[in-house]
Amino acid sequence: MDTIFDIYLLEAIVNGVLLGGVLGLLALGLNLVFGVIDVVWICYAELVMLGMYTVYFLHVVYGVPVLLACLGAVVVVGVLGALLHYLVIRPVLQSEPINQLLVTGGVLFFLQSFATLVFGIEFRNLGLKLPILNFGEMYFSYARVLAFLVALAGMVGLYLFLTRTFLGTAIRAIAQDREIMPLMGVDSRKLYLVTSGIGGGLAGLAACLLVLQYDVHPAIGLTFGPITFMICVLGGLGNMIGGFVAAFIISQFISIGGFFFHIEWGYVIAFAFFILTMFIRPQGLFGK
Amino acid sequence: MLEVRDLTKRFGGFTAVSGVSFDLAEGEILGLIGPNGSGKSTTFNCLSGLYLPTSGNVRFQGRDIAGWSSSRVCHAGIARTFQIPRPFKNLTILENVAVSAYYGRARSVSRREAFVHAEEALAMVRLPVDPTLGIGGLGAAGLKKLELARALATGPKLLLADESLGGLDESEMDQAADMLQAIRRDKGITIIWVEHIMGVLMRVVDRVMVLDHGEVIASGTPAEVAAHPKVIEVYLGSDPTARQHAQA
Repeated sequence: MDTIFDIYLLEAIVNGVLLGGVLGLLALGLNLVFGVIDVVWICYAELVMLGMYTVYFLHVVYGVPVLLACLGAVVVVGVLGALLHYLVIRPVLQSEPINQLLVTGGVLFFLQSFATLVFGIEFRNLGLKLPILNFGEMYFSYARVLAFLVALAGMVGLYLFLTRTFLGTAIRAIAQDREIMPLMGVDSRKLYLVTSGIGGGLAGLAACLLVLQYDVHPAIGLTFGPITFMICVLGGLGNMIGGFVAAFIISQFISIGGFFFHIEWGYVIAFAFFILTMFIRPQGLFGK
Repeated sequence: MLEVRDLTKRFGGFTAVSGVSFDLAEGEILGLIGPNGSGKSTTFNCLSGLYLPTSGNVRFQGRDIAGWSSSRVCHAGIARTFQIPRPFKNLTILENVAVSAYYGRARSVSRREAFVHAEEALAMVRLPVDPTLGIGGLGAAGLKKLELARALATGPKLLLADESLGGLDESEMDQAADMLQAIRRDKGITIIWVEHIMGVLMRVVDRVMVLDHGEVIASGTPAEVAAHPKVIEVYLGSDPTARQHAQA
């Protein structure tokens, strides 16, 4: 009896790690944009939703191979991110933070209603039958393992981009001092646009991984949005490493909480932990 | 190379710079002095594109650059340092300088060339080129040098040096002054040097311009300006010890 219990617990922990990868990737794009531009994209999860629809339509409706469809989604959402910046964020860049929040909140409902209008309210999925992997007595969904690995690769890729290229170095630099960068010949408007494109691209990548596991519908953003913000704030908003670590903490709460009680309890415990942390460390676990 | 005519900058009802005009010849070092709040930094901000001048013309090498964005001004060949050093804290010393070499030069450069320019700039201010060094170990003097290296890495024709001496001890001040002289001598870079203390500056510059309440009150060689009654009155006040100190 004991060994079975332990194996199920281990399975839950590993599943938590796998979930943490995807949540970490979700948090990464949001953190990047906030860290550099100082604006929170409340509509971030809605960009993910559009990415999921892109994969669905390209693959299921137009018969594009799934890998190409995913690449397409990364590009489409990347462009949407840049457009979001150009059309919505740029005009309010000098405004009060509350206005910036509200305007991207407006975009959230716009995109949700838009998706409902255009795509309808049906739940759609890719209809891919991905195998279940088993190690000993433990079972893991292939989609989750794949999502975890791709998320990890995405994060390493972003890290290398930020540390090994001049564009990445300039993005890190402008996050620290936005006034001085133009004096070194950097066009900050371009840099913001590129950063928004990358943030969108990361949302697109996350969309590819989520659409393997979940049905897409116009309100799917509400499933991932709040938890993504919670992770970013818990890790210290704008702190990419903090967000990454927080993703794994939260996913373990969900996974182990779900194992001992019920999956909904996992979320209850995770959010309770979040609220308590906000009392003790309002700047987040890794915030300054 | 630089002609400034009637440069004026108002903030609401407050006129920070009022009708400032001057010319600068290639290879010259111009000292810009004046008490705190006299409009020195505002003048710099207008020249470097951080502020949009309210009125007036700034011609640099024949082009009217008033109202240009700072990145464009930088590419045209004007670099500046800040009174309070503003390094990028998460970047290494070399990265700090390399970023400005990569983005700031008139002609776009490769990654490798950017590092070469950065190393050159660091050598010129005598900072270590070791790529692993963060800025944590730099003291006040080191940060000032980093500020200077970042400006030099953009390959400027005109350097706007803002209070390069603030917070330095006397030997460090002499070193910094020698460095500015060497920059002019070896690189042929024209310099406008802002300082609110006169001391070392008077020894190095060719010409001095004195600002007070946003207006030019005197201009000439260091000796002429030091003897100018308005300067003595406004700038040094009537405190005789300050006067002796300045003349010493």
